[in-house]
Amino acid sequence: MKLKGRKITKGKAKGVALVSKKPLSFLGGVDPKTGIVKDIESDIKGESIKDKILVFPRGKGSTVGSYVIYQLKKNGVAPKAIVVEEAETIVATGAIIAEIPMVDKVDISKIKNGQIVEVDADKGEVTIEE
Amino acid sequence: MYLTKEEELILAGEYGYALQKAMEILVALGEIYNADRLIPIKSAQVAGVSYKNIGDAGIEFLKDFVNSGAKVSVYTTLNPAGIGDELFMEKQREIIELYKAMGIEVTSTCTPYYGANLPKFGDHIAWSESSAVIFANSIIGARTNREGGPSSLAAAIVGKTPNYGLHLEENRKATVIVEVNTKLKDFADYSFLGYYLGKALKNDIPYFKNLKPEKTDYLKELGASMAATGSIALYHVEGETPEYKHAIADKLERIEVDEKELEEVKEKFNAEWGEIDAIVIGCPHASIQEVKEVAEILKMREKPLKVPLLITASKAVKALADALGYSEIIERYNGKIIADSCLIVSPVEKWYRGIATNSGKASFYFSSAGLKVRLENTEKLLLDAP
Repeated sequence: MKLKGRKITKGKAKGVALVSKKPLSFLGGVDPKTGIVKDIESDIKGESIKDKILVFPRGKGSTVGSYVIYQLKKNGVAPKAIVVEEAETIVATGAIIAEIPMVDKVDISKIKNGQIVEVDADKGEVTIEE
Repeated sequence: MYLTKEEELILAGEYGYALQKAMEILVALGEIYNADRLIPIKSAQVAGVSYKNIGDAGIEFLKDFVNSGAKVSVYTTLNPAGIGDELFMEKQREIIELYKAMGIEVTSTCTPYYGANLPKFGDHIAWSESSAVIFANSIIGARTNREGGPSSLAAAIVGKTPNYGLHLEENRKATVIVEVNTKLKDFADYSFLGYYLGKALKNDIPYFKNLKPEKTDYLKELGASMAATGSIALYHVEGETPEYKHAIADKLERIEVDEKELEEVKEKFNAEWGEIDAIVIGCPHASIQEVKEVAEILKMREKPLKVPLLITASKAVKALADALGYSEIIERYNGKIIADSCLIVSPVEKWYRGIATNSGKASFYFSSAGLKVRLENTEKLLLDAP
């Protein structure tokens, strides 16, 4: 199945989807050293975002979250790509400075946890393997 | 979004990594918010300075940016830094040096408009720091969105910002009329009003009726408090602010604010003096008039303050206060003017249990950090303090 979205940052990636139905805060919400989600309100708490295709509705919280995304990349625990319903400045800026492919305006209810997903951010496309 | 030939080349990396990254940030934001193009800016104010806020991740980012030759291309000033222990200060100095290396003026103040960075009416600017943003938009009539640290830095480097939001005339109209049915007398009253409205109004552009602020500082505090408890970036005051005459386009919803709403805020921040370890004035950074007022109130006291008084201000205001003799009076009463810094971006929860202040913005952040807070007008604060 192919989902249409919009390019936020360029690049391509393929991996296992980690889907959160709730907005995600990177500052305080994700450990920049391990990539493990620690926000107690998150529905993916305890999961590692490392090398995943991270799917969630939108970012929330402090604008410092952009720097946390950068740190995740430097520590080798960043997601391979980011797919959101609605891009906002925090996650978009983080994805740009960390060079993580990112697509928004995607109907994320179509993506199930654990599915293999291919993101072509340049075309703004997300393909789910059947 | 339309890009000029040169902007395309920057985006393609022809002018190096730093400009390319900065341009990528601006273009992405422009696409997200449907900007038609980029517009030149006159100045930038960059937040994301305190080590408490940006951490090691921020340092790494800034370091990589500086090493790739990042330089600002418009006049750019800097937000206050944090204060902390030895390790904290070492990291803090590193951050400041990195910003300096990009050509940013290390003004370290949240009130750049009291000195170094004063835009004029209609100027497009890219400012971060919510209290400075709302001041520039509302009181000066310059135009800026609420930028985050990285986007204001990107705009400063490219010298442009995407044309959307508050840069567009049609988005600067009022969305709600606020009738204030009680007379606001002093700085703290404007804090109460701002604190209440930030929570009540969310993303609105309020138009105030019946507000007769005696001082610019009162408007500064009103805006800072609204921007702290909510996300308001612009307000109009009938008969006072530069854009009020054309601010009402449609029939608008009205809300009324009475003494009761202000009392509610007041009761929220009524910690006893026994619980207070410091008095904090200067959030946002104090003007020279506020410093003078403090000195004059202190002279009415018989004894120095038992609880230390910390006044935060820009170094320009501190230098002026030194020259005019106010600093000496303040020190005599156990007070101190601290330049370049800010307590709400410092690890205050390690130092204090309770703080007394005249600022709604400071009250919001200190209570969020778990401290007890007493919020009161400047005169009462300084005369009642033990």
